[in-house]
Amino acid sequence: MPALRFRQAIVAALTDEMSADPTVITFGEDIAAAEGVFKATEGLLATFGPERVRDTPISEMAFTGAAVGAAMMGMKPVVEIMFIEFLGVALDQLVTEAAKMRYLSQGQYSVPMVVRASSGSGLGFGCQHSQTLENWVAATPGLKVVTPSDPQSAYSLLRASIADPDPVVFLEPRILYAERGEVDFNLKMKLGQARVLTTGSDLTIVALGNMVNVSKAAIAQSGVSADLIDLGTIVPWDRETVLNSVRKSKRLIVVEEAPLSGGWGSEIIATVTRELFSSLVSAPFRITTPDIPVPFNGSLEAKFAPNAADVCRQILESMKNNSVPDAWWVSEGVAK
Amino acid sequence: MNNSVERRSALKDNEVAWFERMLEIREFEKQTNLLFASGSIRGTTHLCVGQEALAVGIASVLNKDDVVAATYRGHGLALALGLSSHSALAEIMGKATGCAGGLGGSMHLCDSSVGILPTSAIIGGGMPIAAGAALAFQIQKKSNVAVAVFGDGATNIGAFHETLNLAAIWKLPVIFICDNNVYGEYSRFNITTPIEDLHTRADSYDMPNLKIDGMDIYTVRTALEAAVERARTGGGPTLIEAKTYRFSGHSRADTAPYRPEGELAEWEKRDPLKVTQEHLIAKGLLSSEKIAKMISETEEFIQATIKKVLNDPEPTVKDMFKNILAESKN
Repeated sequence: MPALRFRQAIVAALTDEMSADPTVITFGEDIAAAEGVFKATEGLLATFGPERVRDTPISEMAFTGAAVGAAMMGMKPVVEIMFIEFLGVALDQLVTEAAKMRYLSQGQYSVPMVVRASSGSGLGFGCQHSQTLENWVAATPGLKVVTPSDPQSAYSLLRASIADPDPVVFLEPRILYAERGEVDFNLKMKLGQARVLTTGSDLTIVALGNMVNVSKAAIAQSGVSADLIDLGTIVPWDRETVLNSVRKSKRLIVVEEAPLSGGWGSEIIATVTRELFSSLVSAPFRITTPDIPVPFNGSLEAKFAPNAADVCRQILESMKNNSVPDAWWVSEGVAK
Repeated sequence: MNNSVERRSALKDNEVAWFERMLEIREFEKQTNLLFASGSIRGTTHLCVGQEALAVGIASVLNKDDVVAATYRGHGLALALGLSSHSALAEIMGKATGCAGGLGGSMHLCDSSVGILPTSAIIGGGMPIAAGAALAFQIQKKSNVAVAVFGDGATNIGAFHETLNLAAIWKLPVIFICDNNVYGEYSRFNITTPIEDLHTRADSYDMPNLKIDGMDIYTVRTALEAAVERARTGGGPTLIEAKTYRFSGHSRADTAPYRPEGELAEWEKRDPLKVTQEHLIAKGLLSSEKIAKMISETEEFIQATIKKVLNDPEPTVKDMFKNILAESKN
């Protein structure tokens, strides 16, 4: 199997879907001639030509909406929002138009489109270019929300997203674009199906995107026997895999690169608590960022998102006496 | 052929049918207003009384495979394009027999068989979608066109400018029709907009543009035919500003007390029904007697439709869980 960078896995998924299906088109800012600011569309213009691979003006609302209309007329557009923050100016078209078309037309129209966007902190881009924002879209019925964690899931989940008959928001952790990993081009992944990356008996950790890699390192450091579940898809999320794991381990930690308040991890914990309350040996809890914008300073940014050392600390503390450890900003007396 | 398609083809080159459809829309809106006032319609309504010539003019020029992205003030355009009064009123009254199963309401009418995309309740919301539909037609090498219909207020929203720009650089087969009915919600457009002729905004995008008398269906048709021909033959988009007037208030029970005295009366002299009627009488296609008969038949038809809709079933609790995602479609 070839080892590809994460961004090359994106290119490969786009290339393979565009080769297999002539209705797949892609557009966005500087994705054609410049091949994407993250080089995640490298070579597409040369391979598929300017009709199917288009540069757009800096007009997220217009081109996201154009994807909605083209999808309703039988195309499968994949649009790139360079930084997920730029979705703010296009949110109407995604949340209020795309997500409602099947419903308002009672199935006469569907919107098989994908919004790809880079997401997350760690690269020193400051607070307007470092957010994850998956919770914005996860709370909108009618959208699916996907975040890969490595080149394999980037390849397989993007192909599944493009083939899906509904609008999918596909969030690519920016910090991973250059990371390498083996990619099996024949491996199919389904949206809504989580992956169990490590198996163990004492703890279940559910994570998404780059937090999967952080959690993996933390589990190794802690030496605990844990199931690590890479959720992959937030909407719809894989209840069965999570519940089966917690049934066995009786302990759950969710690791999220998103603010404490209003995160998708709360949904997972609410479901697990409702379904498995009496069998849990400790209260499930979340490891998140604090409720603050992403700081620019390098050491502060590293502290901001959950990191392996802190996740390891919280794993060990919770295992020791079945308690819920404080977040670092509480235990260090920085904030409540 | 379904009812909507038949209703649509009935408009083909049939001037009397245009007038008949305009009468239907006028009576439909009149009765919708009464049903709302009596509490039989919940939520909101946005009437298009005074704007019938534009609606029917558009429907009479386009083919059924062309698509239209219209707005929450969309009853008239939907009826013109072919949606039945029964399906539209049932939707407005939240009945299972409505075009969105009673789950959309007055602002959300749809019928894919005649190219009515779900109407948007967001100002300017349909404009990028129309451009996208046009992009699909362009790539698919179809001669279909997409039309976005929007109000004067939409020309101040970002979607308008972004979409005009995108459509211009990609030469998309889309026609932008600004139904300038003088009021954006409760504000006269001269208070919110520094220019008198909104179509000139397309000059910034090097896009052909013109203003027309939106009260005269013949003028509407002539302008639209030229724009459609340009779009179908690769000439790209056009912006048409149709000068119309909203005879009613913005929505619900708004009586438009903010209107200058005498303005409505001045515009009513050019009531699109009156204008069309004069054309048809002058051409010898209709007589006053025939018109009186058409009006009473339309009134009876709408009354019969109301009766039917009132007896129609409500959607079930199960229905509201359908059509969220493909998997949940039953």
